[in-house]
Amino acid sequence: MTTEQYPKVYLYRRIVQAKLFIDNNYADKIDLNNISNEAYFSKFHFIRLFKSAYGKTPHQYLKYVRIEKAKELLKKDTPVSEACFLVGFDSLSSFSGLFSKVVGKSPSTYLKHHQENQKKISLTPLAFVPGCYAYQHGWLENSNFEETDI
Amino acid sequence: MTITNIHVIDQDSAYDFYVNKLGFKLVDDFPMGQGTRWLTVSPPEQPDLQLVLFPVTVSKMFPKEIAENLIDLIKKGIFGCGVLTCKDIHATYEELKAKGVEFIKPPTKEFYGTDALFKDDSGNYFSLQPINNFDNENDI
Repeated sequence: MTTEQYPKVYLYRRIVQAKLFIDNNYADKIDLNNISNEAYFSKFHFIRLFKSAYGKTPHQYLKYVRIEKAKELLKKDTPVSEACFLVGFDSLSSFSGLFSKVVGKSPSTYLKHHQENQKKISLTPLAFVPGCYAYQHGWLENSNFEETDI
Repeated sequence: MTITNIHVIDQDSAYDFYVNKLGFKLVDDFPMGQGTRWLTVSPPEQPDLQLVLFPVTVSKMFPKEIAENLIDLIKKGIFGCGVLTCKDIHATYEELKAKGVEFIKPPTKEFYGTDALFKDDSGNYFSLQPINNFDNENDI
């Protein structure tokens, strides 16, 4: 059974289109009706099919994408308030609350830990690479990093 | 398993493929001097498994002749790098195809189950299979 032959290929393509719509528009105000309209489905039929394909409802998936994008922004040293609005949240408190619940630490703590980690990496990069790789690459030569205790 | 290698021809291109197309998460990306770079990614639901996107360049590890031969073999699609699983193979196939991933074989029902084959930007190939490959017909 090849792709062109498998049943309901048009359903798959609409669900994928809806998923990519979320991937591309997570920063905007989109709600479930926007997304189901994008897929040309009734709301409830759409939710069922989307969850069947991706294991999350569209709403759960949208929240997941926004938090993942926020993590990426924080890793690029984006201030918390800016990251909040760049991933489609209107309220800093609701963003911080959801982020903390999902990630296990607040956005500001996440940013701080990342910055501290980056500082350690820049000072002693070899401490963050398995020794076998460093040896094979020749990175251990002319370096004092082997003795680091980080 | 904690760390494994994918030999790639160009790290910038591999970053784009694995992060932006496959949806893997970036773990580490920092310079190691002399133009070298430590670049690792993880499958989104397996944060404890890192794939090192390992460039094949002339170096202490790869003398010129070996590097050239290895690059040639990678480009020819000799190396199968493993099996990736997904919840719904048809949805994943349609999504990756829409993102420009090159498939060698679309989802096909074989005697051992359904699978598809795709190539990364270097030429390494992977099998794509549904998580439950014994009960995968008509997922939607």
